[in-house]
Order: sequence, then C-alpha cells, then structure tokens
Amino acid sequence: MNVQLPTGRELFEPKRPGSQDIAWCPGCGNFGIRNILITALAELGLKPNQVAIISGIGQAAKMPHYINANGYHTLHGRAIPIATGVKASNPELTVIAEGGDGDMYAEGGNHLLHAIRRNPDITVLIHDNQVYGLTKGQASPTTMKGMKTPTQPWGVFEEPFNPVALGIALDASFVARTFMGYFKESVEIIKKAIQHKGLAIVDILHPCVSFNKVNTYAWYREHTYWMDDHDPYDREAAFKRALESDPLPLGIFYIHEKPTFEEMVPAYRKDKTPLWKREPKLGLVKKFFEEKKL
Amino acid sequence: MTKFKGDVSIVLGGAAGQGIQTVEEILTHALKKSGYHVYANKEYMSRIRGGINTTEIRVSSKRVRAFVKRIDILVPFKQGVLSWVKDRLGENTVVLGEKENIEEEFLGNVNLVEVPLTKMAMEVGSQLYLNTTAAGLIVGLFHGDFKAVEEYLKKRFGSKGENVVKKNIEAAKKGYELGVKLCEDGTIKVEVERDERVKEEVLLTGTEAVGIGAFAGGMNFLSFYPMSPSTGVSTFAAQHAEEFEIVVEQVEDEISAINMAIGAWYAGARAMVSTSGGGFALMSEAISLAGMAENPVVVHLAQRPGPATGLPTRTMQGDLNLVLYSGHGDFPRIILAPGSLEEAFYLTAEAFNLADKYQVPVIILTDQYFVDTYYNLPAPDVEKVKFERHIVEAKPGYRRYELTEDGISPRAVAGYGEDVVIANGNEHDEWGDITEDAELTVKMQEKRAVRKLETIKKNAPLPKLIGRENAKYLVIAWGSTLHVVEEALEKLGREDVALLHFSWVYPLNPKVREFFEGKVLIDVENNITGQFAELLKKEFGVEVHHRILKYDGRPFSVEEVLEGLKEVIE
Ligand SMILES: Cc1ncc(C[n+]2csc(CCOP(=O)(O)OP(=O)(O)O)c2C)c(N)n1
Ligand code: SF4
Repeated sequence: MNVQLPTGRELFEPKRPGSQDIAWCPGCGNFGIRNILITALAELGLKPNQVAIISGIGQAAKMPHYINANGYHTLHGRAIPIATGVKASNPELTVIAEGGDGDMYAEGGNHLLHAIRRNPDITVLIHDNQVYGLTKGQASPTTMKGMKTPTQPWGVFEEPFNPVALGIALDASFVARTFMGYFKESVEIIKKAIQHKGLAIVDILHPCVSFNKVNTYAWYREHTYWMDDHDPYDREAAFKRALESDPLPLGIFYIHEKPTFEEMVPAYRKDKTPLWKREPKLGLVKKFFEEKKL
Repeated sequence: MTKFKGDVSIVLGGAAGQGIQTVEEILTHALKKSGYHVYANKEYMSRIRGGINTTEIRVSSKRVRAFVKRIDILVPFKQGVLSWVKDRLGENTVVLGEKENIEEEFLGNVNLVEVPLTKMAMEVGSQLYLNTTAAGLIVGLFHGDFKAVEEYLKKRFGSKGENVVKKNIEAAKKGYELGVKLCEDGTIKVEVERDERVKEEVLLTGTEAVGIGAFAGGMNFLSFYPMSPSTGVSTFAAQHAEEFEIVVEQVEDEISAINMAIGAWYAGARAMVSTSGGGFALMSEAISLAGMAENPVVVHLAQRPGPATGLPTRTMQGDLNLVLYSGHGDFPRIILAPGSLEEAFYLTAEAFNLADKYQVPVIILTDQYFVDTYYNLPAPDVEKVKFERHIVEAKPGYRRYELTEDGISPRAVAGYGEDVVIANGNEHDEWGDITEDAELTVKMQEKRAVRKLETIKKNAPLPKLIGRENAKYLVIAWGSTLHVVEEALEKLGREDVALLHFSWVYPLNPKVREFFEGKVLIDVENNITGQFAELLKKEFGVEVHHRILKYDGRPFSVEEVLEGLKEVIE
C-alpha cells in the first residue's frame, strides 16, 4: 500500500517503549486497519489526547498499544460498555470501541445489542477476520459454514452471524462494512463513522494469514463489491443489501440520525462540563435533609 | 387493661399490595413529628400480591434503632398474620383489629381489642380508606399530633386532588378519635414520653442513607441492573438524577453495569453500581479488571441470603467472602459495612475518595435488614464530608503505572493534560503497554498486591469499641448488627462485656489485633459460618471463642442476641 500519508499522522505514532514490538503476525490485516485508523484520526484533525480507544481482548484489541491516543485495553467482550461509560463521562472525547468478531459478536454480543438501543455517540470498529486469532483459529460467529478448524474438525455448521443485517434490524444509527484492503475507501468510511453522531458500527473485513486459509486477501477482493447506487437513509433497501452474501456489498448501508445517550441523560441537559470536573452538590444534600425533617 | 411504658413495639401484618406501607409511613412520620422516637423495619415475601408481610414499628421515649422480637400491639389486616408471627406473641400482646382477620384457633386466647376499621372506612366512603383509618388509630393511641397526620396526608395525596385529601383526613380523624377513646376508657394505656428534639430530626432509611451519601461523595454516574434488595439505591439515584444532574442508566446486565462504571471512572467520573450477591457474582470479572488496571470503582452490595437466588427479599451477612475473594489474581480492595445510618452516609461518601485515592474497588456491604430499616436521627453534618480529588494532569511523558514507594501511581484521566493515558487489564509496563517481562511482572504484582495493600492497611481506621477497654468479654460484630448487639448489651447490663464493631471490614489495620489480647471473644454474625470470624483468623491468627450465628433469612432480634450472650457468659 504505497499511499501518500497526511500530515498530523505522526502525532498518533506511539513512541512508548512497549509500543514498538508489535505482536501481530507479518502480513496480518490488522496492520492495514491501524494505518487506516491513524490516517482517519489525523485527517479529522484530532489530537491524541482528544481520542480514547477502548478495546476488548484479542489480537485486534491490542490496537491501543500501537497508537498514540488515550487507550484502555480491557476485557474480552467488554469494550462497548466501558466505552459507553467513558463517553458518558466526558462527551468531549472521541471514543472508539475496538475488537475482533469474537470479542464484539460472541462474548460481547449482548452489549452490542443494547448499545444499539442506547445509542451512545461512539464508533465501534470490528476487525472481522471470521476466526479467533489470539486463541489460535477456532471458529468465530462470522466463520463461514463448512470451514474446518481445530475445534470444529467436522466443519462449522452454524449459520454465520450477519452483523450488518442485525444492525439495520435493530435500527442502529450507522452501519457500514469495508474491507481493509481498500485503504482510501476504508479511511473515508471510518471518518464518516467517527463524525456520525450516535453509535456507528463498522464491520471491517480483514484476513488472518495465520488461521483463516479461506478468507484471504484475494478472496475478499473477489467476493466483495462497492455499493454505488445505495441510499443509506432507505432502511428497506439497506436491509435487502445486508442479506446479500456473495459477493458481499461494501459501503455505508444505513444511517438513522437520532438522539444519543449523552444527549438524553440528565447530566448534560443544562451543564456540558465533563463529569470529572464536577464537585458534589452539597447544597442539594443539605436540602434533602431539610426536607426529611418534614 | 394492658399498659405499655417507654417503648412500644407495633407490628402491622397483611398481604403484599394491601397498603401496609402506607399505614407505616403515615404513622411513623406523624409520630416522629409529635416528638416520639421511631424505628421501623419490614420483612416481606418475594411476591407482588398476597402472602404475608409485616412491619415492626417501635415508638419510644428514647432512641431506638434495633429490631425486637416482642410484639406489644399487633394489627392484622388479613387471616394468617397471627400464625405467621405466633412465636412473637406474648401474654401482653394486644391484637388490635377486626375479628375476620383472626384465625379461629387464636380467638379466645389473645387479648383482642376489636376495632371496626372496615366499617369506619366505609362510613367515609370506601374500603380504600382503611389504611388511613388504621394509621390514625395508632397515632391516636399515642395522642400524637393530628396536624402532623394532616400535613403528611396533604403531601402524600395532594396530587390526587382536594377531595382525596379531605376524605383521607376524615378517615384518619375517625381512627384517631377511636385511638384516643381506647386510652381514655382504659382499654389500652401507652405511656411514652415525648422528646422535643426529635421533631427537628430526620427520618431516613438505609437505602436513602447510602444514596444521599453517594451524592455527598460526588457520585455522578450510576449504572445498574435491578436486584432486590439493592434496587432501592438505584431508584433513589434515578429519582434524584435530574436534580443532581447525573448519569443513571439501567443496563442490560450486571456485567455491563460495572464495566460502564469502570469506563466512567477511567474518564474521571465518580461512578457506582448497586447490586446484590447474585449480581456481584457476575461482576467479579470486572472487579478483577479494576484490580489489574488500578481502576477505581464503587459498588454497593445489599446482601440477601444465597446461594444463587436464595431468599430474594430476606436478609443475611453472607456475602463477605464473595467480596473478599471475588476476582482472579491478587489485588487489594476495600470493604466497608456501615452499622448505623450516619455511618452509611459518611462511609458511602468517603468510599468515593478512597476509590479515587487508592484506585481499587471499594465495596459497601449492606443487607436487606439494613436498607429497609429506618429511624429518626439528627441530620448528618454535611460539612463533615470532605471532597478529595486525586486526579493529576497527564503531562508529557506521563506514565499511568509509574512505580512508586507506596504502590500508588498518580492517576490522570483521558482528556486532562497534553499526554495520553493508557490503562490495561493485561500485565503492563509503567506506561500501560503489555509486558511479559518477568522482572517487571514481579514489580507490578508487588506494587499492587503488597505495597498498595500495606498503604491502605496502615491508613485503615480502627473499629469502634463500645464499653470498657478492660472488659473480659469482647463481642465482635460488623455491619448491620451494630444496634441490635448494642441494645442487647444494654439489657445485659454487665460492665465486663464490651462490643467491638467493624464498619471498615477489610483490609484491617494491623493494630486491630491489640483489641483481642486477653479477651474472651464472642462473634455475632448473620450467617452460618461466621465469615468475619474466619477473616480474623486468617489475618491475625485469632480464634474467636464463641459464635452466635443466625441464618434463617431473618435479622437478629435484641432478645436473640441477649439470649445468645447469656448462654455464653453465664
Ligand atoms: C472471558 C474470556 N474468555 C476467553 C478468553 C480467551 N480469548 C482471548 S481472545 C479470544 C477470541 C479472539 O478472537 P477475536 O475477538 O475474533 O479477535 P482476534 O484475535 O481474531 O483479533 C478469546 C476466546 C478471554 N481472554 N477472556
Ligand atoms: S493471528 Fe491472525 S489476526 Fe491475529 S495477528 Fe496473526 S494473522 Fe492477524
């Protein structure tokens, strides 16, 4: 990928000693996603201290260590509730929840469903390599039927999870899919996802060169196409597109603008100050006791 | 004639949904406003309608704060109540109510004072007024301030329209007049002195004490999944969310609740979750994350009997081990268990400073008995609450997990300062990046599990000694049993017995050991194994000599503790 990188990108290159030794396999799609994300953040003119990347557990979830931004590498499946708490405590931050397909769709599946309902203004990036990487090649919720793995030697027979259709069915605020092999397009999609007000879900297809011998770079190029004539505000059309399985459509499927969680909670109706700057309202505590005297 | 002096225990019994709580509220408020000390506690079944629920109300000329088994006046609202409380009835118990609500077998062998509550309510217009009539009746027995009843009814029913208020006042008045008459004609005599100071005091529940304490501590974020008996605190926060301008969210499960709170703290909020044992069990994974990432978090855990779903609406002190050992790996935590409502207020407020300072999970352990108890008390002094902020700015080169002497790294929050904050649930270096380095692992383990723990221990407050320092017998109690044991000791009246009450349960200051030297130790706990006694054994090698344990899902009564103590001492 010999792409011209924008200025400001170096801000997000970490210089910490522990961030130099990257634990991803050579050739892995995670490298591409890192480049895409850094580029998107830089092009949006953000500063590292304005961004918080909250990840779960898995190879994908190691991202906070390879970027210079606020980061929290948390627990398997729990990035979304944690990111929701971060955003609700400081809406000034650009908050990204990041993890693999196992992380977000299996262990964290319930949180994803309810985050869609809650609609916090965060961006959820799912590194979808259709397999579990860190635990060495077991099937993930998006593994295609028939694929044999060490733990499904007979071949996966479960129906693969369709995150895009799910997002649209639940009326998510923003749903997109991309393949990290398309750099420029992916940067644009992620920028739009970050700029979108409300929960933005981006399923990012990427190859796992170590454990997924089916869904390779070439496979993704051959089995995907860009939606050119699609209106993301048309839910029915979006849902139809989401049901297509081969080739897989790429692009922004669905956008539904609606109030965010942070806009709805009483905390910010009158006062926009992030919670960490606030002090106890002792006057109200005193008033409470006065009223309790009756 | 039956006469009660100084301290009267009234028990109301009926089905869930019958409105006993209304009676309880009206009369406790009116009696308090009349200058009587009041205490109330309820026990209820895990169902929305039917079954039998009871409420005990003590009305006294001096401060009372503990549950007694004794029933002086019983007001049954349905059949089955007498059987339910059979073992609490004494020779002097007066049953005040209607014949229809008394089972055959009790008719003739209880002191029944018939009062036609239903008839009186019907005269006002509907059976709906029965509760108000009953409340008025009891206030009348005490010659309470009827104006206070009126005021309360106006406040309570005001939104329903003038006519509803008027009718309720009329119903209460009828009851009140009958109450006064019962005294005047010598049927029942109550002699309880008033204390003018009580009028200016507040009437609080355990739930409110925890909730308002959290607000005083600067809580501005609460996430929860409902579970009895903890839900009251979440409801309290939600009801006050607009006023206090905070985030309150009912989430999909307890896992989400605590993780959200952890995220909130990471971004500098003061967050709490309120749950019970079963919910906390689901949170243990995140408690471990808080331990590793040195992420503050405050949890309120209102205990109920377990294992599993146990007895959903009853009480036990059975989750100490759960909070003591939850989470995998070694990391410190702080466990607090208030004994009084004042303590619940101050300690809950302080929990937020402690979490902020030490960057550990802080767990406030209450239980069903505690959260559902209420009594009058002087309003806590809000000025005494200190707000300590321990957040630093992320200056260039900031290291989230800087190795320090006392094991506490300066904590910056995302967005404050030029540099970034990397938190991590994996073993990490000083910057927060993943490490598998053996030497660094050792240093980080020691920082968290040894040095930080030592720092907390050193600063941990000592338990409260009630009684003589040189008493031969030392009764040990923690959390919600404080007042029951206290009153039992008063009744016992022996100078050689003292009480050591722990509201700071873990980690214990090494100086605590000195309290035990040369004493006969009697442990009182509301669980089957004596979990706190086991903790003392583990921490100090101290073996208690006697255990007084109760584990039927009910709270200790003063009488039971007294009996238990007598057996041991005499
Ligand atoms: C509670 C819990 N269960 C299981 C694991 C083990 N585990 C670590 S990563 C992972 C799955 C990783 O797959 P995915 O989320 O797709 O990410 P990838 O490594 O492929 O990027 C599992 C099962 C864990 N760390 N925590
Ligand atoms: S295991 Fe797969 S997904 Fe993980 S780093 Fe290696 S190639 Fe990438």
